Amino acid sequence: MRRGTLAAAALLLGAAPLAEALSLVHSERSLYRQVLVYEDQGTRCLCFTRGCVIGRQSCVTLAAPEKLYFEYTQMMMAALFMGPRPQRILVIGLGGGSLPRALEKAVPEAALDVVDIDPAVVRVARQYFNFVPGPRTRVYEEDGRVFVRHALREGRSYDLILLDAYDHEYIPEHLLTREYLFEVKRLLTPGGVVAANTFSSSRLYDSESVTYRAVFGEFYNLKSANRVIIVRNGSLPALALVRQNAASWAPALRNFAVDAADMAARFSTAVDWNERARVLTDQYSPANLLNGR
Amino acid sequence: MHNGMLYLVAGWSGCFVMAIELLGGRLLAPFFGSSIYVWGAIITVFMLALSIGYLLGGRWSLRQPSLTRLAVILLVAALTALPVVLGADALLDWLSVRVTDPRLGSLLGSLLLFLVPTVVAGMVSPYAVRLLVEDRQRSGERAGRLYFVSTFGSALGTLLTSFYLVLHFEVNQILWAMLGTSAVIAALALASDRRAVPA
Repeated sequence: MRRGTLAAAALLLGAAPLAEALSLVHSERSLYRQVLVYEDQGTRCLCFTRGCVIGRQSCVTLAAPEKLYFEYTQMMMAALFMGPRPQRILVIGLGGGSLPRALEKAVPEAALDVVDIDPAVVRVARQYFNFVPGPRTRVYEEDGRVFVRHALREGRSYDLILLDAYDHEYIPEHLLTREYLFEVKRLLTPGGVVAANTFSSSRLYDSESVTYRAVFGEFYNLKSANRVIIVRNGSLPALALVRQNAASWAPALRNFAVDAADMAARFSTAVDWNERARVLTDQYSPANLLNGR
Repeated sequence: MHNGMLYLVAGWSGCFVMAIELLGGRLLAPFFGSSIYVWGAIITVFMLALSIGYLLGGRWSLRQPSLTRLAVILLVAALTALPVVLGADALLDWLSVRVTDPRLGSLLGSLLLFLVPTVVAGMVSPYAVRLLVEDRQRSGERAGRLYFVSTFGSALGTLLTSFYLVLHFEVNQILWAMLGTSAVIAALALASDRRAVPA
């Protein structure tokens, strides 16, 4: 059972290359995990397990570092199609810094806040993944939920929030509950957008879907190996508008290897989950146990 | 029969403590996160509380020890854990606004919620040892067996809670069940002591 899960997880993140083909560039033990940087044929990846056996957190092609390597990161950028250009952006979960780097270039006038719990990940992103925060970017080394609560108390708000704090190995369960998503929703400006990198298989898919529905109502679902949920504080923009916005973003996003039209074509509101699944709450949040089923 | 009841109380107490400790992490996470500091704070408070409980339990066993009194300890541990079910969210919300550092905040939150019930639960083991030991020669053997039962109960409580209970029940449902079980076991211990004494 467990073995099957791991294999499925590796498959989801793009099959992990054979361990012997990888060369280890950097390794350090953080407060939470082993942080490893591997290189393989011109691709550098951040992994939290030896030989990347449970998948890769983040990758860059060294010859083309602008390119968003994983399809899910390209789908996350499609959140820009939901409305006007965001002025204030929050990214929860840094990894190798792919999304913050792309956002700094795509929306240079926006103020960007980035949160990651692990100081070692922040250090490694700077040193090995060329994540050099610009003048309008602030990096917080803090638990995502604690950050959100602080930000609410300080009266901050964001036009775009990207949630990217999970991996296939472990989900911080307090970052996938109805209460947390309500807090995130309260951080949004009217019409503000949330994009979340989540899962496309296992029983968690159902629970996650009904939980987002409970908080935000209808959402756009973008699927490939991963799944990205895109929602808006307020009603969803019509698909025609999404496609129109995608067309105007297309030239700018080409630098990041994002095919805007392809991404726009994936927006779907089809309900393909069990609607009677249990909503995840602070009282009931066995996300990791559900993910293994 | 009498000894069986002592082992049951000690084993259950071990199970109860670890279940609360694990669920404590759940309760604190929305307010202070689930960083290593938060777990550090919880474990610190539980260890501190148990150490104090051992001391107090040993002291109290000097004065007319009885199974009835042991049952009362178990019951008081459950009663003092009531605020964990009834007021944890309100208390932690209040605290997290005033103490924003997650280390200090989770330490204070854990102290307020878990110190008292865990101190009381910690009294169970030494008190039960006193009731079990009849002669000096077998004292180590009896104490060893009691530690075994109580720590085995802790292992069981940890496994059950983290692998199964949280998959099916809400945190507060599990806590209520734990408190209820404590009450039932305390009642059984009281009843068995009543039957044993007059005979």
